[in-house]
Amino acid sequence: MTGAGLLVQVLNGLQYGLLLFLISSGLTLIFGVLGVINLAHGSLFMVGAYVTFLVAKAGAGLWLSLPLALVGGTALGVVLERVLFRRFYHREHLDQVLLTFALILLFEEGRSFIAGNDFHSVPVPASLDWSVPVAAGFSYSAYRLAVLAACLVVAALMFWTIERTRAGSAIRAAAEKPEMVDLLGMDARRIHMLVFGAGTALAMLGGALAAPLYSVYPGMGDGFLIISFVVVVVGGLGSVAGAFWAALLVGLVDTLSKVLLPVGAGAAVYVLMAVVLLWRPTGLFGGARA
Amino acid sequence: MIVAGRGGHLALAALALAIAALPWFGSSYHVGFVATALVAALFALSLQVLVGAVGMVSLGHAALFGVGAYVVWFLTPTGGPAPSIVLTLPTAALAGGLVALAIGGLALRTKGFFFLMTTLAFGQMVFFLFHDTPLGGGADGVFITRPALGVFDWVWEVPRRQRPSVLLWIDLGVLVAAYAGLAWLMRTLFGRALLGIRANEHRMAALGLPTLRYKLSAFVLGGALAGVAGHQWAMTEAFVSPELLGWHRSALALLAIVLGGVGALHGPILGALAFAVLGEVAGLVTERQHLVEGAVILFVVLVLPRGLAGLRLWRPLAHAPAPAPAPTPVPIADPAPAAVVDPA
Amino acid sequence: MTALLRAEGLVRRFGGLAAVGGVSLALERGCLHAVIGPNGAGKSTLVNLLSGELPPSAGRIEVAGQDAAGWAAWRFARAGVGRSFQRTNVLRAMSVFENVRLAAQVGCTPVRRLLRAAAREAEPRRRAEAAMARAGLEGLAARGADILSHGQLRQLEIAMVLATDPSVLLLDEPLAGMGPEEAERIAALLRALAVDHAVLLIEHDMDVVFAVADRLTVMVDGLVLDEGTPAHIRSSARVRDAYLGHAA
Repeated sequence: MTGAGLLVQVLNGLQYGLLLFLISSGLTLIFGVLGVINLAHGSLFMVGAYVTFLVAKAGAGLWLSLPLALVGGTALGVVLERVLFRRFYHREHLDQVLLTFALILLFEEGRSFIAGNDFHSVPVPASLDWSVPVAAGFSYSAYRLAVLAACLVVAALMFWTIERTRAGSAIRAAAEKPEMVDLLGMDARRIHMLVFGAGTALAMLGGALAAPLYSVYPGMGDGFLIISFVVVVVGGLGSVAGAFWAALLVGLVDTLSKVLLPVGAGAAVYVLMAVVLLWRPTGLFGGARA
Repeated sequence: MIVAGRGGHLALAALALAIAALPWFGSSYHVGFVATALVAALFALSLQVLVGAVGMVSLGHAALFGVGAYVVWFLTPTGGPAPSIVLTLPTAALAGGLVALAIGGLALRTKGFFFLMTTLAFGQMVFFLFHDTPLGGGADGVFITRPALGVFDWVWEVPRRQRPSVLLWIDLGVLVAAYAGLAWLMRTLFGRALLGIRANEHRMAALGLPTLRYKLSAFVLGGALAGVAGHQWAMTEAFVSPELLGWHRSALALLAIVLGGVGALHGPILGALAFAVLGEVAGLVTERQHLVEGAVILFVVLVLPRGLAGLRLWRPLAHAPAPAPAPTPVPIADPAPAAVVDPA
Repeated sequence: MTALLRAEGLVRRFGGLAAVGGVSLALERGCLHAVIGPNGAGKSTLVNLLSGELPPSAGRIEVAGQDAAGWAAWRFARAGVGRSFQRTNVLRAMSVFENVRLAAQVGCTPVRRLLRAAAREAEPRRRAEAAMARAGLEGLAARGADILSHGQLRQLEIAMVLATDPSVLLLDEPLAGMGPEEAERIAALLRALAVDHAVLLIEHDMDVVFAVADRLTVMVDGLVLDEGTPAHIRSSARVRDAYLGHAA
């Protein structure tokens, strides 16, 4: 494998990792702040992807599907939180597993009803359908670079929000000490809706961006879901920074191992997770509790 | 987790008899369907040893199930005669137990949600071992010859027409034996210690119990039983594939436990059977099978917090001493996760 | 007399803070040793160190003459060190009797008997009943541990420790939140227990402490301020200024 080829794979790994970050940042916040295990997060990713697919079929481009995914995702997240998840904060985690599994089934049916059960490829937006020369003899898809850039922008916005805004500090406080939220006079319900809405929107945005790269098909959320949980664990529950670095690490390990390892590449990220957990039982950026 | 009392066991025995009588009432399709459901019930029961008895929630249990299934393939010489069940069944249990020992030895260094994820990781590693290599037919899986019912020269050749019924009875027999064994175990000092660990592991350790050994023992036992369930799967379906090892199958077993009720030993049996029936009935009623399944599960989780086993109608039948008001929640993560959102 | 539990130079740091900064003591059979001090003095941390809940940052612990370095909490308990918790730490999902029976079972079941039916094992039942009686829990056997009153929970804590038949008792504020009658009862129990056990008592009720203790250690900010008989402590100027003067 040449240096340029390796560079391409590294870029692929980073791009995959950044998409994972979009999904897992929401997942880690929902688990860290709300204490809810949401298996349906992968389905939300799928919904976002299908939004892009359907919008493209209708003739419009990303300029429509991205805002649609963002706004629709926020709305969907708020609705789900108010109608369902709110009742489950104090339920056992096994019950949450059951609930979110039911949601997966319902989302799959909804997708089947609206868009059928076939595998569909999604065209890359015409404005980005070219290649950027990256190194000797190798060029890289402009769309992939755009996705990379977009995810980095989102990450920067997230960090800025969490560090510099009041809403962000409220979320940080809630993640660190959920019991304190009421005591400090913060509106717990607002925070819950905010976290859930944002998490859902991020997952859907990720899906909307990913559609041209991975195509859309039944159960596409599954693979991303489980890897996102790996990212959350490696990064540490409730830590957005942890999710960021872990996502990049996981993305690189997964992509590079598939290229460099003849056998067992699929297991690479799990080996990574097992090693991290056995070394640091609460993840790389996790709080100091066993 | 309670074990049903005399009344509950009478009800379960009646259910078992009804199932055993199925070949005289149902078609061979129904018989085959129920046989598969019984194997799923056995698998869920094997997971209950971890979840209900000790409070360890694992997402990698299917790895043990699959290992047990693939053992049958390993023990069948290509083109040779079918191996005896007297060989395959104990070997499957042993294989499940040994792999569980290896996984548990490492995974039990973590707790709660992280234990869930560590077991997931190991389960997936085993999955990819079979999926990405030519081992056992690779990703496509492989047909297998069913183990022979007998040993050496004394083999009972089952006529083809009777095969579904015989398989049903064997699966039922193994499930009943497994349940009886576990019911007995939970009443021993060892079983009580396990329940104590589930109720408050920290306190049990402070009292002097070497909890890690007990948890590992339970993990290995659950693994061995999962191996047996896998063996029964191979025997019933005559086909094994890596899908048997994946996290989805582990999640389905968890589902069966929660649906049936984690607070009772027989909960997963009810849950697995109910889920199988639900799928079939939903498929009959509509093409939108998942819609019905999802809706019913949603209903159960919202309305029946203790699962099917917690339904009122079982109460008059159970003579077991009234359990304490609510089973201790089985947390996957600490109640107040001390997480830090730090972007820098 | 050989100490059943001996600690030398125990230190426990959390980050930069030394919760326990160098404490030595020896617990002997027949002696009720009380540790008092203001909140934050490190008393509970000391109990955690002596019971193996926390490993010491420095120092040495000997249990029945054996060096307990690297021991997990369960090994301390197996070696005869029983401890009750300040914040009630029982098996909430079970009945009072099952709580105590399990404690007894842990203390007296060899591995070869593990597969016996629990209901038929006489020894754990007998020990459990005796422990419950001593702790004043007769009649509450069938009640769920999650619906007990606070005082009853404290009694259950004590019963569970007694059921393991330890030689050393580390009791972390056993009287907290109890009414005067119950407290008197438990105080009498403590005196009775001290006869054939080594008892370490952490308590804030000074009347009880001075009534039952044979020796007193006063801790402030992780260090031992003074140590001696109740009479000595009562007349110690150092202690008076630092602690007793500020009211318990």
